[in-house]
Amino acid sequence: MKNSDKAKNLFAATELINRKLRAQRIVKWIFGAMSIMILIPLVVLISCLIIRAWPSLSWDFITDVPKQGMRSGGIWPALVGTMYTVTFSLLVAVPVGVMAGIYLNEYARDNWFTRIVNLAVVNLAGVPSIVHALFGLGAFVAFAGLGKSILSASLTLAIMTLPVIIVSTKEALLAVPATFRMACWNLGASRWQTIRSIVLPNSIGGILTGIILQVCRAAGETAPIMFTGAVFFKFVRRGDLFPYKPTEQCMALSYHLHTISTQVPGVPESMLYATAVVLLGFVLAFNTIAIVLRTRIRNRKKW
Amino acid sequence: MPETGSIEIKNLTVRYGSKIALDDVSLSIPSSGIYAIIGPANSGKTTLLKSINRTIEIEVGASVKGQIFIDGRNTKRIRDVYGLRRKIGMVFPLPVGLPLSIYDNVAYAPRIAGKHAKRELNEIVERSLRQAALWDEVKDRLKSLGTMLSGGQQQRLTIARALSHDPEILCLDEFSIAVDPVTTMRIEDVLVELKKKMTIILVTNLVQQARRLGDLTCFLNMGKVVQVGETEKMFSDNPGNQLTYDYVHGVFG
Repeated sequence: MKNSDKAKNLFAATELINRKLRAQRIVKWIFGAMSIMILIPLVVLISCLIIRAWPSLSWDFITDVPKQGMRSGGIWPALVGTMYTVTFSLLVAVPVGVMAGIYLNEYARDNWFTRIVNLAVVNLAGVPSIVHALFGLGAFVAFAGLGKSILSASLTLAIMTLPVIIVSTKEALLAVPATFRMACWNLGASRWQTIRSIVLPNSIGGILTGIILQVCRAAGETAPIMFTGAVFFKFVRRGDLFPYKPTEQCMALSYHLHTISTQVPGVPESMLYATAVVLLGFVLAFNTIAIVLRTRIRNRKKW
Repeated sequence: MPETGSIEIKNLTVRYGSKIALDDVSLSIPSSGIYAIIGPANSGKTTLLKSINRTIEIEVGASVKGQIFIDGRNTKRIRDVYGLRRKIGMVFPLPVGLPLSIYDNVAYAPRIAGKHAKRELNEIVERSLRQAALWDEVKDRLKSLGTMLSGGQQQRLTIARALSHDPEILCLDEFSIAVDPVTTMRIEDVLVELKKKMTIILVTNLVQQARRLGDLTCFLNMGKVVQVGETEKMFSDNPGNQLTYDYVHGVFG
């Protein structure tokens, strides 16, 4: 073969290269299709819900109280109840979780104690919510004598969300390069000064994102509050923002949806769907905040 | 009473697990002047610096034996380890700009030491940046992020930061790796100026840099001190030690 022929053939497609390109194309399409398939259930779910809920959806539905044995009226008491339980659980879980996460990532040395704590955190995160519910029933309702109340329910939710908050805090701190800490220590900064001035300002977004995702979980779970503080019906005035005392039981969105769809006969179908839409809207709203926060922080990345 | 900035290292042995990084090192570093430390990779140069400002204690799995005296005081006995670290300026091979503005980078150490007066900070920032040969390039954008500077500029920012807390001792660990030759020469000029006021420990892989700058030169190999001596003697044709001769003339290393 002459040299010029060789050069011409150097970049010519051989059977091997064609096969490689074909495989590449197929793999790309399959993976892409899978990604689109994730969207299908979400879109179908949300559109079905909204279409069926449409006749009942209104501002009144959100601010009104249930009437005629839940068969008409709104969901105000349940919405407020959910806000109460979620807020109280965050008041407990966020300080404990964030501080524990900071300790485990920034202070703790690698020894048997930290390893046990880390193991406990991971295992706690994997405990099913119904088990948390039973634990809450035993520990807070019975043993601590709080009875079935917002407090018991919130504490149970706090126990449930705590491990995930710890893990996400640790992840967020871990994303701050270790070289920054070393540089600060070499300048004579203590660990706490380093955390306050460099580590926390650059991880707060990740920490908040983790917390917000746990808000969604706390709002959505039914089991943990079912035995510990949620009640079938409670009389509340329309639009009242402070209807419950912490020692009282309350209504909650997730539990309300559960009861009206399984325990009460004759509830109009659109009301069931509307309740689900409000619950989903609550969760999606918080998710959106988390996403916005994350993109904001990614955009002003400092290194 | 020893002069400020003198370092006395006695029988220092540092282990990482079972690996020995420094093996029974004893050195006496006089105050003022440039003390060059040369040696091949893995000879324990960086570990030595970390031992001096006690950041070695943060390292996982490091165990330290022996004593280091700074100005005649045993560093192990010093309770204010943060004050000790501020006495010593540290510059490491890879520049680390903190995710703060250029100004805040340099003002970081004074601030954590409790200095907050605006005028004082301004003075410190300008003086440190000038000393690090960076002032002219950044004086108009002190508010922009330090991490967005180029590698060489970040390294000079690191040097400015190390000088910001007025150290008695300045440790430079292969500072010129990320810096272009012209800037390196400018920083070297600065070091010659600074050595009148402080002790400078210059760890370097460039034996010629040690030769240019060092008053005394120490040759470390495999965690052991091979030879310490006047730089001129170390680089002469007859340093009195075959290993030293081989290393500075590039036979090995």
